Amino acid sequence: MRTEGLSKHYGGVEAMNDANFFMRRGEHVAIVGDNGAGKSTIVRQLTGVEQPTKGRIFFDGHEVRFGGPMDAREAGIETVFQNLALADELDVPSNIFLGRELTRFNLGPFSILDEKKMTEIALEGLKTTGVKIPHLKNTIRNMSGGQRQCVAISRAAAFASKLIIMDEPTAALGVAETAQVEEIIKKLKAQGIPLILISHNLRQVFDLVDRIFVFRRGRIVCSLDAKNTDGSELVELITGIKHAEDVPGAMPN
Amino acid sequence: MVELKYEGDISQHSGQRVKPPELNVLYGLIGIAVIFEVLGWIFQGQSFLFNAQRLSIMILQVSVVGIIAIGVTQVIITGGIDLSSGSVVGATAMFAMSFAQVSSYTRAVYPALTDLPLLIPLIVGLSCGVLAGLVNGALIAYAKIPPFIATLGMMVTARGIAKWYTKGKPVSFPTDSFAGLGEGMTPVLWFIILAVLFQLALRYTVYGKHTYAIGSNAEAARISGINVERHLLLVYVIAGALAAFAGMVVASRGLTAQAGMGTMYELDAIAMAVIGGTSLSGGRGSIIGTALGMLIFGVIISGFTFLRIDAYYQEMIKGMIIVAAVVYDVYRQKTRVVVK
Ligand SMILES: Nc1ncnc2c1ncn2[C@@H]1O[C@H](COP(=O)(O)OP(=O)(O)OP(=O)(O)O)[C@@H](O)[C@H]1O
Ligand SMILES: [Mg+2]
Repeated sequence: MRTEGLSKHYGGVEAMNDANFFMRRGEHVAIVGDNGAGKSTIVRQLTGVEQPTKGRIFFDGHEVRFGGPMDAREAGIETVFQNLALADELDVPSNIFLGRELTRFNLGPFSILDEKKMTEIALEGLKTTGVKIPHLKNTIRNMSGGQRQCVAISRAAAFASKLIIMDEPTAALGVAETAQVEEIIKKLKAQGIPLILISHNLRQVFDLVDRIFVFRRGRIVCSLDAKNTDGSELVELITGIKHAEDVPGAMPN
Repeated sequence: MVELKYEGDISQHSGQRVKPPELNVLYGLIGIAVIFEVLGWIFQGQSFLFNAQRLSIMILQVSVVGIIAIGVTQVIITGGIDLSSGSVVGATAMFAMSFAQVSSYTRAVYPALTDLPLLIPLIVGLSCGVLAGLVNGALIAYAKIPPFIATLGMMVTARGIAKWYTKGKPVSFPTDSFAGLGEGMTPVLWFIILAVLFQLALRYTVYGKHTYAIGSNAEAARISGINVERHLLLVYVIAGALAAFAGMVVASRGLTAQAGMGTMYELDAIAMAVIGGTSLSGGRGSIIGTALGMLIFGVIISGFTFLRIDAYYQEMIKGMIIVAAVVYDVYRQKTRVVVK
């Protein structure tokens, strides 16, 4: 995955400017930055949810233009969005399979759902997150923030083949569930599935990823090797006390 | 597919399953019926419920609007509304009937096109509904016009077309086959068939899943790859077709079509859906609920007639019940708690 001069303007708001983002095969990278730095904005451009104002995206060796979210999913990119993108009134399996339901008879839009199989797979997926959900057939609406987050994560983990993007996946999770999600991320790493992790938890970032992109005010400040930096340096970059030039080994945008 | 194993203890199925919301509607129906039963013995000295004739008239009265309500329920589940169904009933009645007249009637709308097989007026009528649904759906899904406004426009337009078609004159003298469409208890039969069909579709098909998904979070549905626009178009077309079918049944029953037919049916249909537990904010509801809502409606109307209560009061009470159902729906939204 690589972008060239990717920009997104909302009317007059320049949410993201001239981002040259890149990651190698099998690499796990993090995006860090203050609130409103443009982290979720780049996610929306990379996943076809929005169309960038300017710039190009390369994926898996060639340039891509995702006209919609389905294009990105078909290319093998799965995303846990910050707002989770769940349908409140549907149950857990329905949410996990939303938009690509398993069917038993193909009757076009009136194809019969294979609920049994979807529930089985959903259950397997949820086990990996370790979350306790009282009853899978209850609607998402009455679930806690953490339970909902785990549903979104297991959805992404179940389908991702080429890249998985997680926008603050552990923001609402307790200690045990966070550890479990980190475990999932490590297993993805072991399987060679690349990941973009967005997180405010720097400890987590250092634990999990190879390289870190620092966003500030809609721009990429720099990217640096997780091994060659530390928490305080990262904080200084995020808050703008230090600049890319001040940090040896940092690769400016 | 990522393979992972969690070694902790999780008990996925230990919790309580939330009970189906239709149960409350059923209790409501039973409660209201019992009240009328008691009032019947007190004031009329006879049973309200144990009267086969009264019950069959009651169901017959509501089943035509019930057919409309099946479509309206689906529209409301997507988070929309359809105010045009009553007018579509009127327009369809006129158009379909004009292709269903007998040759022995000398002043037919199309004297050359009389004694046609049932299929012809049926196709004409359903086309009216599909067309109305296409226009509604396109305005709402693609032009992003609020459903209330778009279908209000269709409500006025379709009524206008119904009046313009024969310059306000009624159309009568249908063929036997067309008259058979709404004969006797057939409207109840149509309602049951269509209700079962769409309840199954909503519950067990991709169509249903996407209908609920759009109503509960259209943006999530879009991000998940559902073609929200195309789906909405389909839902409004189905609602239009059902209203059109109801229109033909009404015309067939009355052996005549008038431009004013179906006036206010849209509100009764919406009321049945809402009383049946379909949420105006979308995402929730079912045809089973609407069928129960329809029966509540029927019980109240025939109960009032049974107690010889003035028609004015009936309308007022009906209005209050609708408002009460909406208030209850809003209240239910507000008090919903997030439980750990
Ligand atoms: N649809 C939109 N219309 C207008 N402005 C927007 C829109 N979406 C985002 N923005 C603006 O773009 C900027 C970047 O937002 P973004 O959501 O990418 O931040 P973020 O880095 O993800 O922050 P957080 O850590 O709080 O999630 C913000 O200033 C925000 O106000
Ligand atoms: Mg964000």
